[in-house]
Amino acid sequence: MSLKTRLLAVAAAGLALALPLSASAHRAWMVPSFTVLSGDGSWVTVDAAISNTLFFPDHRAMRIDGVVAIAPDGTIQKLQNASTGQYRSVFDVQLNQAGTWKIVTASNTVTASWTEAGEIKRFRGTADDFAKAVPAGATDLKTIRGSNRNETFVSRDKPSTEVFKPTGKGLELVPVTHPTDIVASEPATVKFLLDGKPAAGLEITLVPGGSRWRATPGDIKVKTGPDGAVTFTLPDAGMYWLNATARGGESVPRGQAGGMGAAPAAPAPATALAGDGFSASYTAVIEAQRP
Amino acid sequence: MKPSVSLLTFAGAAVGAAATPALAADLNVTVEIPRLSVAEYHRPYVSIWIENPDATAAGTLAVWYDPDTKEDHGTKWLKDMRQWWRKAGREMTFPADGVSGATRAPGPQKLVFSGTRGALKTLKPGSYNLVVEAAREVGGHEAVRVPFVWGKPGKPASAKGAAELGAVTVSVK
Repeated sequence: MSLKTRLLAVAAAGLALALPLSASAHRAWMVPSFTVLSGDGSWVTVDAAISNTLFFPDHRAMRIDGVVAIAPDGTIQKLQNASTGQYRSVFDVQLNQAGTWKIVTASNTVTASWTEAGEIKRFRGTADDFAKAVPAGATDLKTIRGSNRNETFVSRDKPSTEVFKPTGKGLELVPVTHPTDIVASEPATVKFLLDGKPAAGLEITLVPGGSRWRATPGDIKVKTGPDGAVTFTLPDAGMYWLNATARGGESVPRGQAGGMGAAPAAPAPATALAGDGFSASYTAVIEAQRP
Repeated sequence: MKPSVSLLTFAGAAVGAAATPALAADLNVTVEIPRLSVAEYHRPYVSIWIENPDATAAGTLAVWYDPDTKEDHGTKWLKDMRQWWRKAGREMTFPADGVSGATRAPGPQKLVFSGTRGALKTLKPGSYNLVVEAAREVGGHEAVRVPFVWGKPGKPASAKGAAELGAVTVSVK
């Protein structure tokens, strides 16, 4: 395998990795049948798709090979009865532990370009592959580190918080109000972290489901405070699509990337990251329960 | 042996009652389950609980569901009594002694909760709501609140549901 074909293969793998979340004009979502359950015979079935209309599968199915169910004790549990159709994927999660489960797909990618012997080279893939594929001290190296996360939460019996332990990578949600305890017409507070630090001044968009039957989208936009916390009151019961994107890097002076801290550290060993940028997106489906 | 033990327990409770001014009163509750003419009728799942003035739960008196179904799948419906579940139910273990009970047929259900047992035993004198919350399979959900004052006998108070519950009457005796 020549270097070139290897790079192409890596780039393709990177693309495949990002595919479930890369549809910029469309919205990716995982909707559980319930977010609050009781009893040890509990299961949820989850629909996963990328669509224009929330939450109707009208565009294409979400790839679910990267989806995992994290049990309340932090272990990763198998998805059951998984199937991908034309417009949506479906899988079940058996809630064989009491507490809060997180169903999540996350990817971290690096897109890079540099000059080698007068030729522009490009790379897209994981951070590990980046370190292998891009020579140390590459000239005119420009990178964009991308992080995408798409989640939903389900509590069986008493909610727990183990699954909210931040990984320190990309944008993450940390509960103040537990996400499965959000009640329509009552204020709820959550915190956002960017690479483990409070994501200040981050714009959060909340879009109610059922948009097919509404004349207006009904988006709610709120901004996090200096501690990354944001409080919102969802007007009606139902499923909501929550989304936030943080961008920064070359075009944004350091420390002013929306107050979200400096650009994240570059993956070793390519150290000289002139023109480094990042893009981190976070998506979750949450339910506002009827009071 | 057994009678003397329960006598001792009773004596203990009496001493406790004497120590606090609250008398060991009973809470008399009548819950009317309406007779509904629907194609598919299931008896409602009902929770009867005490709510503090700040809307938190002060204790659960009764939960009617199917505790005896195969594999205990009756617990699957407990979450549908959503307010109670969020505030109290999910902290409990089911079946719960003296709380769990089978679903009940339509008609007025007369209940007496002893002040010497369960949630009432430790309830401080003061104003509360008695909440009766009902959820029915293939049906609706409703919660009815009736205020009462714990600590001294009072006049009966009542409120009426609109769909899943009829009249709920509460008196401290």
